[in-house]
Amino acid sequence: MAVSTGSRTGTPPARPSLRGHRLPRFAPAGFAVAAVLVTLLLWATTGFAGRAGFVVAAALLYAVLQTAVSFGVEGRRQAMDRLFTTLVTVAFLVAAAPLVLIIWYTVKEGAGALSGTFLTHSMFRINPDNPGGGIYHAIVGTLIQSALATVIAAPLGVLAAVYLVEYGGRRRFARAVSFFFDVMTGVPSIVAGLFVYAFWILALGFQKSGFAGSLALLILMLPVIIRSSEEMLKLVPNELREAAYALGVPKWRTILRVVLPTALGGIVTGIMLGVARIMGETAPLLLLVGINQRIEFNPFAGTVAQVPQESLPTFIFEQFQLAAGNTDSEPFKRAWGAALVLIIIIGLLSALARLIARFARVRG
Amino acid sequence: MSQQPTLGAATGPSVDGPPVAGSEISGAAVRPGDRVFRGLTVAAGATVLVIMAAIAVFLVYRSVPALRDNTVNFFTFSQWLPDQSPVQFGIAALLFHTLVTGVLAMILAVPVALGVALFITFYAPRRAAAGLGYLIDLLAAVPSIVYGLWGFAFLAPHLSGLTLFLDKWLGWIPLFDYQLQNRPNNLTDFTAGIILAVMILPIISSISREVFRQVPREQVEAALALGATRWEMIRTAVLPFGKAGAVSASILGLGRALGETLAVTIVLSNVYGISWHLTQTGGVTFASNIALKYGEAGDTGTGALIASGLCLFVITLAVNFSAQLLIGRQQRKVA
Repeated sequence: MAVSTGSRTGTPPARPSLRGHRLPRFAPAGFAVAAVLVTLLLWATTGFAGRAGFVVAAALLYAVLQTAVSFGVEGRRQAMDRLFTTLVTVAFLVAAAPLVLIIWYTVKEGAGALSGTFLTHSMFRINPDNPGGGIYHAIVGTLIQSALATVIAAPLGVLAAVYLVEYGGRRRFARAVSFFFDVMTGVPSIVAGLFVYAFWILALGFQKSGFAGSLALLILMLPVIIRSSEEMLKLVPNELREAAYALGVPKWRTILRVVLPTALGGIVTGIMLGVARIMGETAPLLLLVGINQRIEFNPFAGTVAQVPQESLPTFIFEQFQLAAGNTDSEPFKRAWGAALVLIIIIGLLSALARLIARFARVRG
Repeated sequence: MSQQPTLGAATGPSVDGPPVAGSEISGAAVRPGDRVFRGLTVAAGATVLVIMAAIAVFLVYRSVPALRDNTVNFFTFSQWLPDQSPVQFGIAALLFHTLVTGVLAMILAVPVALGVALFITFYAPRRAAAGLGYLIDLLAAVPSIVYGLWGFAFLAPHLSGLTLFLDKWLGWIPLFDYQLQNRPNNLTDFTAGIILAVMILPIISSISREVFRQVPREQVEAALALGATRWEMIRTAVLPFGKAGAVSASILGLGRALGETLAVTIVLSNVYGISWHLTQTGGVTFASNIALKYGEAGDTGTGALIASGLCLFVITLAVNFSAQLLIGRQQRKVA
């Protein structure tokens, strides 16, 4: 780290760089401008048209131009490097484009439907083809069903994670459990729905209800909670446990009073991300939760007199089917409005989870 | 949780017998509270195994009667008529379109997702990397049904140009041959594949990012110190290390795509036939068939749907199994 103060004033060496000829730093920008200009010219003079095609053509031109010039000036290795940098950057832009497009389109289509009435009224006695009505009943259903699933899945998931981290070790049973957690992550949501349908409704004889939906959501949520809690528990430093043992605290109290509180912030974050993941699930609810135009607070409602709860995702699908492909109809607008509300709820939840994660890191 | 009447413990340094010999750190002593708490956690862990087993058992149990009534071959028949008087249903078309859309999604998503992972890990500025990763992960937070609406109302109408372009220049490949005269509506396997690709992109890229982050720092620096360009460093140090992880990430993505329901249900036009013309109207998958037919299904119909769900379960299980085995091998290599 010695700072040499001697030869600061000398003129910069005039010899060529050790790394051979290099393109100037502004070269990529220059190529980009050239590519866009040439494509503009092409679009103006020939039969090509379309915005998407324009972007693709300009990007292709840019890559070819830069690689060719670099190949001539800098040699094959630098040319390859530049080409790959371009490819990787384009990959990122390609991935980000649909996100922007989806959010933009949902806001554009959904914002018109949003209003005080839309958020605070149900569809009871509303002809779906006429304007009016709202999604209050669906929001209530989704919140209650997600909360129910969380209330069951969170303790179960955290306990299972405690087993893996604190008791399991390298035991064969623990490894089997861990393996199946990962496999369970991949169970398609519709299969979870079918299972609850076969088990809860066909075998046990219950009716469709909001609670049946929560059962399926809980299956989908469990592996997410277990995995994130496990990661958090692993971060708790061993010194804390050893200190507790040294004071004669039994292992179970150590876990309840020392380990879990230390990791609490991270665990809560994981649970909330799990909730965010299942809130948008539609497929299992389609099989298990009914269609209801009224507000129903009871998740166990499921008889002829008491029609089961609605939920936000099934409401969207129902309105989509009512629209019968007509994108200008009232049901379609309602579907977009509900989609926007669903995205906002999920977005708020995940933002809140990240916030908690930032302020409540595992303290070591 | 365990509110046991054994709270007398932990009032001071207890002098119990000699510590239990074992490889892991065990608590100071094993008390009744310990046994209860441990039992609870084991039960919670076992619940997952029980649920997985129960899924298999109940799906098999409920599908057997319908399969017994079936008068045609379940695997080679392509129509779905379980509630008619000769009971006829088969999964040929479902299997075909599920695999075609899933594989198409994987082909489209894997290069982009790996590019994203490399970009975020090695190219993006350090400060921006976490934010950019979060941005891509947001794609996973968009509900399936919103993808469906978007695909139906925005993507499909905008794909007509591409469909005709592919037909004009690549029409000699049956996959891209568009034989109909009307303007394409794009409610097809092709559109479904594109939407699935977007949906599985975040999972592939986030798992590969984890893998690329584990590449030994020394190897990266050694490659750079020897004068390698960034691409040469990635080719020689990162890719050999991350290959297995990237492959298993892609397989997990495929598993996700196979079971995706609502997006595909809305975009596909529910035609029970097998056709290699991806850009022509048609297609129905395991999941979309269940979503569309459950409402009108009778007893046999429900059993038939559960049987198809069982097939989907087995397929995704096999796919995920192989991915997990690959990941396990990778982790052993790291350790």
